[in-house]
Amino acid sequence: MTLHDTAGREPGAPVAAPATATPAKTPAAPRRSGRGPAAWLTKKLSNGLIQAFLLLMGLIWLTPAAGLFLSSLRSEEDNATSGWWKAFSSPGSLSFDNYSALLKDSGIVQAFWNTVSISVPATALVVVIAALAGYAFAWLEFPGRDWVFLVVVAMLVVPVQIGLLPVSKLFGSLGLFGTIPGVVLFHVAYGLPFAIFLLRNYFAEIPREMLEAARMDGGSEWRIFTRLVLPLGRPAIASLAIFQFLWVWNDMLVALIFADNESQPLTVALQTQMRQFGSNIGVLAPGAFLSLIVPLVVFFAFQKHFVQGVMAGSVK
Amino acid sequence: MSATDRKVLPATAGSTPSGPTPRSRAARRRKLISLAFLLPALLILGALVAYPILFSVGRSFFDASGDTFVGADNYTEMFQDPATMKAIRNSAIWVIVAPVLLTGLGLILAVLTEKIRWATAFKLLMFMPMAISFLAAGIIFRVAYEQDPDRGVLNAVTVGVHDAFSGDTAGYPTAHPQNPRTIPAQKDGSYRTAKTASPGDTVNLGLVGVPPKDVPKEAKPARQASSAPAAKGELRGVVYIDFTLGGGGKPGRVDPTERGLPQLAVEAVRDGKVVATATTGNDGAYRFEDLPPGDYALQLPKKDFAEAYQGISWLGPSLITPAIIGAYLWIWTGFSMVLIGAGLASLPRDALEAARMDGANEWQIFRKITVPLLSPVLGVVFVTTVINVMKVFDLVYIIAPGPVQQDASVLATRMWLVSFGGGNNQGLGSALGVLLLVLVVPAMALNIRRFRRSQS
Repeated sequence: MTLHDTAGREPGAPVAAPATATPAKTPAAPRRSGRGPAAWLTKKLSNGLIQAFLLLMGLIWLTPAAGLFLSSLRSEEDNATSGWWKAFSSPGSLSFDNYSALLKDSGIVQAFWNTVSISVPATALVVVIAALAGYAFAWLEFPGRDWVFLVVVAMLVVPVQIGLLPVSKLFGSLGLFGTIPGVVLFHVAYGLPFAIFLLRNYFAEIPREMLEAARMDGGSEWRIFTRLVLPLGRPAIASLAIFQFLWVWNDMLVALIFADNESQPLTVALQTQMRQFGSNIGVLAPGAFLSLIVPLVVFFAFQKHFVQGVMAGSVK
Repeated sequence: MSATDRKVLPATAGSTPSGPTPRSRAARRRKLISLAFLLPALLILGALVAYPILFSVGRSFFDASGDTFVGADNYTEMFQDPATMKAIRNSAIWVIVAPVLLTGLGLILAVLTEKIRWATAFKLLMFMPMAISFLAAGIIFRVAYEQDPDRGVLNAVTVGVHDAFSGDTAGYPTAHPQNPRTIPAQKDGSYRTAKTASPGDTVNLGLVGVPPKDVPKEAKPARQASSAPAAKGELRGVVYIDFTLGGGGKPGRVDPTERGLPQLAVEAVRDGKVVATATTGNDGAYRFEDLPPGDYALQLPKKDFAEAYQGISWLGPSLITPAIIGAYLWIWTGFSMVLIGAGLASLPRDALEAARMDGANEWQIFRKITVPLLSPVLGVVFVTTVINVMKVFDLVYIIAPGPVQQDASVLATRMWLVSFGGGNNQGLGSALGVLLLVLVVPAMALNIRRFRRSQS
């Protein structure tokens, strides 16, 4: 499922088909329409209305984000006294000063790197652990397999909220509370059910003959897993990795509880700034863009996998 | 590929040519291998997902400190504590409103997008918010919902639309005439000159009590306009601030630096009836042209002194939940639209075309064919949103300003507040967590059923 596969179809094609079919019966009618010029005009008009409506929707969708972006380019005084739309009348006043100030703020920069060092391992671990488990659930035989897998399916929708309190106690006694490994581990745990579910289902589609042939040739399970299943499962793994990466990158709640001042990611650092909102939109606006630049790059670079990942992950 | 298919596996895979002992050894070996593949996942899921569920259930039967067993007290307290009840009620609003709007909007957009050529670009734009964090989206909307129409874009639009329909005059709520004897207040809140004037006269109306921040930037000194002679049939003058900054001005006279008040309505009143209306310019000048001869009183209507319309208080206590749901829709509509769009693309084209051939119009096709055929997809979008909405936290936490946080609270934020954010009542917090879990159990059952059906 991608943004393209529905769009690739000629949009007008199915609509046009009956229109060209009818003129055969009424040869006098204009070629373009089956029901006379009035019908043709109505269609054109309604098409125009649809375009206008969608254009308006697009504009509405774009405006809030574009507004924050413009705000991030304006000076503190400008933002305090007038709205970002005034920037159109004086484009010269826009600058990247807020961004360069932000990048000099060691707390924010540290938080950015914390986000990276939380998201990358949390993604890698989920992919590896889920791939192992997904293979076992799809192709290995052991007692109670289907029941254990149903438990995993049930865990898909368990809200992270239920884990916050008990796990923070557990981490406290293990010395993991307030550390990056603690945050990573929590993300891994709550990312796993979906990851296992996705990969198990994908691996199960691999033709049985391929696996049996590999087993007949005396390949060990490990060898089959690394040489056959992982390469074949690449599309699903890519979607999963992107989904999990964005999920962790964008998280605030988990880090709010499990990270301390040293290990807090960008989202938590910025929400602390929220407390004195208004006076420091000069930090918040560029900070928000700093935090969303990576997701946007991922989005545009891996559009197809991203959409697939989000769609598959919607069960979560 | 079904589960029964795979049951054949051990026989073929483990067909080592030997007696029973190596065979059972091979079986044990296979179990060990399976365990090795599963162990990391089982350990983590057991310790961080399964154990916490049991712990929370147990903990919810103890008091805040965890020492005393209180039975179901936390659960009864949940429905008595007004703050928690508010959260439950808000969550209910979310669960009812958001999925309906999201599914409806997604359906409409998906159907309409099929008819345009720039569908891909449109979907891309609508889907983009899915990539960014709730925090960033929250900041975006916190700024957009800002009350001050000079800063929040929503209120800038609202005020603009409002003013366009209610006349474009500025209000100076604190202003009043410098000399209340020459321009007395009327019963209806307007001010009217005591003496009348005739066409050809110039009447200057001096006001005081306008704080400098209320004076528009474009206001200009009124002196020149105040002394310009009136043409034949013209009644004119200025409305000005009869106060010189720094002193030195003389009351009742238009001193050189004294500025006019722009955008005020001035009415010419004859025999108690308003016969003409003018609006002041940047120098405060107004003029009535071609007035029939006669005696006119000049009146500054009540609306000149009305509070300026300040727009809608999006982030106020009464609108905060709908406002946050709006931000949620901004994020998720693309998802709903793309998912429904994919369902739409897989509809049997023949059914639609046959209906068109039979003369059905687009609306009939939509209602009688498209929607029924799409209902499984619509169901998926709806259920997904319900589950999602129950856990919503970041958006509420970020968009609602401190003082209205409580008015906006939902189950997830309440749970956080009770157990971490100062409340420190882990008994009640655990009970709220368990409630959240119980609420998603139907979704859990649905997932399992859907999965089992796909396997058989």
